[in-house]
Amino acid sequence: MKIAVASSGKTLDALVDGRFGRASGFIVYDLENDTFTVADNLQNLNAAQGAGIQAAQNVAETGAGAVIAPSFGPKAFSVLKAAGVKAFISSVVTVQDAIEEYKSGKLTESVAANVEGHW
Amino acid sequence: MIIAVASGKGGTGKTTVAVALSMASSEPVLYADCDVEEPNGSIFLRPEVTETEKVLVEVPRIDEGKCTSCGKCARFCQFNALVSLGSPPLVFPELCHSCGGCEIVCPTGAVSWKKVPIGEISLGTSDGGRISVLEGRLDVGSSLAPPVIRQVKSHIADGVLTIIDCPPGTSCPVIESLGGADYVLLVTEPTPFGLHDLKLAVETVRELGMPFSVVINRFDEGDSGVEDYCGDEKIHIIVRIPHKRFMAEVYSRGGNLFDAIPEMREIFSEIPRIIEKGVEVK
Repeated sequence: MKIAVASSGKTLDALVDGRFGRASGFIVYDLENDTFTVADNLQNLNAAQGAGIQAAQNVAETGAGAVIAPSFGPKAFSVLKAAGVKAFISSVVTVQDAIEEYKSGKLTESVAANVEGHW
Repeated sequence: MIIAVASGKGGTGKTTVAVALSMASSEPVLYADCDVEEPNGSIFLRPEVTETEKVLVEVPRIDEGKCTSCGKCARFCQFNALVSLGSPPLVFPELCHSCGGCEIVCPTGAVSWKKVPIGEISLGTSDGGRISVLEGRLDVGSSLAPPVIRQVKSHIADGVLTIIDCPPGTSCPVIESLGGADYVLLVTEPTPFGLHDLKLAVETVRELGMPFSVVINRFDEGDSGVEDYCGDEKIHIIVRIPHKRFMAEVYSRGGNLFDAIPEMREIFSEIPRIIEKGVEVK
């Protein structure tokens, strides 16, 4: 399975981006062979509205079955849910740490948005 | 004549000025509150409301029987109001601008429209019927101010002195509010922030080709930046309102400018005439 992590950079030691919808990009990590690709989110960084919605759609299109970010707004969450992508909330610092947390089963799936829209 | 009161920066005194203009006149006046996200003119004018109406906008409804999940509508939508995940699209009506594009690009005719309320218009009178008070109010949770402003403005009739209380800023709601006005008063304050946003507002009204002048509120505070800028740009300063702590106290109790500074009444009563002399009114 692949998991996506909101990232402010293009490497595993990049910082986890504080916002889901307006994250710089997503590191899409393949748990089976420990490789990753980077999915750009630039168009949403500058979107006038609906950044969370589009970011969720982007993540769904990468084929990721789960996504990790420090926060999810209500619209992003509803799109992820409809797309069958599980949302996990993590407050760790680096993308690598977030993936390790996921692998070791420390993260629990989020059942609702944890911030308001336009947080 | 239609005078729009705008500002750039919020909190400079647009409503204070718009209400004062309405109150100072001896003729019939229409006060139109287009600051639909936070209309507050009625706090000072205390109108007796005689009529209300809903503001409705159209948003798409997807017929899941006809939808083939092709995703064309979602790719077309520039407002991210539709999301397609290989299934019939999810609709986020609060982001929809009712442009109709999704219906046009849908190859199977699965898009129809439903009306949803986003705000309310109220019409009332104040000052024994002399002042008509028109107010638009955007519903909490809705984000589309322009359709509410358009509906407010549809009630403006020719021939009556009309004061439009605009929203702050220089984006779509302001442009919508300024449309059709004969003259713009830009209210500012003598601070770096006031000056910064005044420049944006000046740029906007110049782009729109509208005649305007500046009102400096709390002119005896702050710095000389706004005065210097207006001097350099040859912008007329039509009135300067002094700063009085007492004014803030009166305002916080719902009092108006003249309750605090009675001598301003005569000055404000002259403003429409001064403007009319210098402007070719449509």
